[in-house]
Amino acid sequence: MSGVEGYIYPNEVTLYWSVLIVLYPYITGLVAGAFILASLERVFNVSAVKPTYRLALLTALSFLIVAPLPLQFHLGHPERSPEMYFTPHSTSAMAMFGYVYLWYLMAVLTFEIWLDYRHDIVKMAQSSKGLLRLVYKVMTLGSSNISPRALHVDERVSWVVTLVGIPSAFLLHGYVGFIFGSIKANPWWSSPLMPVVFIFSAMVSGIACVMVLYMAVTRLRGKTIDMRCVDTIAMYLFYTFIIDFSLEMLDLIHRIYEADESFRTLDFMVHTKLFFSQIVVQIIFGTIVPLILLAITQVIKLPELARKRMYAVAGALTLVGIFAMRWNVVIGGQLFSKSFLGYTSYKIALVTKEGLLVSIGLTLLPLVILWVLVKLLPPWTDDKAAAGVAAD
Amino acid sequence: MKITRRQMLILLPAAAVAWEHVLAGTPESSPNYKLSDHWWSMLIDVPKCIGCGNCVRACQAENDVPDGYFRTWVERYHVSDENMTNPVVISPNGGKDGFPPVAKEDEGKYFFVPKLCNHCADSPCTQVCPVGATFVTPDGVVLVDPKYCLGCAYCVQACPYGCRYIHPQKEVADKCTLCYHRITKGLTTACCEACPTGARQLVDLKNPNDPIHEFLRTHAVQVLKPQMATGAKVFYNELDGSVR
Repeated sequence: MSGVEGYIYPNEVTLYWSVLIVLYPYITGLVAGAFILASLERVFNVSAVKPTYRLALLTALSFLIVAPLPLQFHLGHPERSPEMYFTPHSTSAMAMFGYVYLWYLMAVLTFEIWLDYRHDIVKMAQSSKGLLRLVYKVMTLGSSNISPRALHVDERVSWVVTLVGIPSAFLLHGYVGFIFGSIKANPWWSSPLMPVVFIFSAMVSGIACVMVLYMAVTRLRGKTIDMRCVDTIAMYLFYTFIIDFSLEMLDLIHRIYEADESFRTLDFMVHTKLFFSQIVVQIIFGTIVPLILLAITQVIKLPELARKRMYAVAGALTLVGIFAMRWNVVIGGQLFSKSFLGYTSYKIALVTKEGLLVSIGLTLLPLVILWVLVKLLPPWTDDKAAAGVAAD
Repeated sequence: MKITRRQMLILLPAAAVAWEHVLAGTPESSPNYKLSDHWWSMLIDVPKCIGCGNCVRACQAENDVPDGYFRTWVERYHVSDENMTNPVVISPNGGKDGFPPVAKEDEGKYFFVPKLCNHCADSPCTQVCPVGATFVTPDGVVLVDPKYCLGCAYCVQACPYGCRYIHPQKEVADKCTLCYHRITKGLTTACCEACPTGARQLVDLKNPNDPIHEFLRTHAVQVLKPQMATGAKVFYNELDGSVR
């Protein structure tokens, strides 16, 4: 049989969780990570990252809107997916997805963005014209009181929402890790460390994503990158990444030392079918190289331009590395037979429902949504500062 | 309340649709069959299996199983004296067309192992289903409701035995039903009926007269992957330790 090595159970030839299921934890990870970065400013008073606060929230929202789409495309019967809300199965981790997702989307992210932007939305509803005015008017949700007292209430409520949001972000992505970690039939997935590794890798990818986006967009806008902000983000990225990498190494060392019945099969897979995506892309280029780059910026005082370049390269490599990590978890977990006697292969199709084109589209879609959101709700603090200076 | 003829004409089709919806979950009627009187499982007598593939063919014909997918299949194990924990296993086309002959010079032992859904009492596949489309019946059979299944394949990932697949046309999870449509009418399964040596036997653990009770008492009987603690109910007589 083509693509099969050794003996696999005959129903294992087809690999059911495709690249779309790789995208799903990748996208939700970006959401959770971006939100946690935003919460640094709001809850932990890290004022240096303020320039990215709103951008991080809008990034999280753009990715969160797209997060369920890979699942929908993957389902054999997407029209039945509302059943997960109406008749959820209480013992299924996946059944909780709908609720965690809705909670996070509506109660945390959208609410926080609305609170933070309410003042601006009311102002823009007054100053804009035509259709845009109507859009902003709807977005005020009838709440146009922008007295100092009302804004103070907004501020307090927003603080509470962020506080609730942090455990929610952990819940959102920890739960995605649990979906894999709780499958006892699959030794590649079954690990209580899985949710923790997913949370930390989510933070790493989200922080890297906002850092790269901020630097790229600021450059495109012809503005100056706030180096104090980027330096702080890079520092957080570095420390989070160290925790993430340590956890993954702990998992690896534990597996090697225990060497249970599945070890030989999984070890062979890592040295053959997963060698490029795991060893080369994930570990070497996606983890060790960015960690070294970030470490250099932490210990050596480099000029601004060099730091910017190193951050950009480290951020981009991190994003590729975390994607590779999701790939290795999802696809790697299906390449070997549960008989531990053989392997199957995964070939990504081009134009099918779960093919390459759809996945590229779903990866780019959040950026399109972000572009619209940024146009509608400008997140920039430098414009304001400039306007403020001019007014003074 | 007065209903006009016009209202009646509108209401009737709506009522018919609603009634059909109410009836949708009703199982096919089986008079005299009481769910609580049975607890179905299967006995596989490994030394009796000759690898003829009759069971696989009968299952595919009875249940319209698509080509390349298997509700039941047969594996041939070759275990050599030097490497007892690493058997060489084959199952060409699920054993449907039998097996190639064994070379005379090959050492070690050969035996056949029929596989099917283990109809686990604590089945991981039903645990993970997000909508409860797959479930354990009160008489101990794990089934899938094809009208309810989302086709997410989480159950396929959760089954330690590789017994599930996504039906390529229906796009829902599919697996052995223990010929539920037959056993609830007093028949045996298609695979058991087709087996020429009696290597597969349908058993009812709640029936005190079923010979399985005597068999379990007097034979060394195992289930597959007992470490998975799934409450597997397909019992294997004289199962070799190398079988996965």
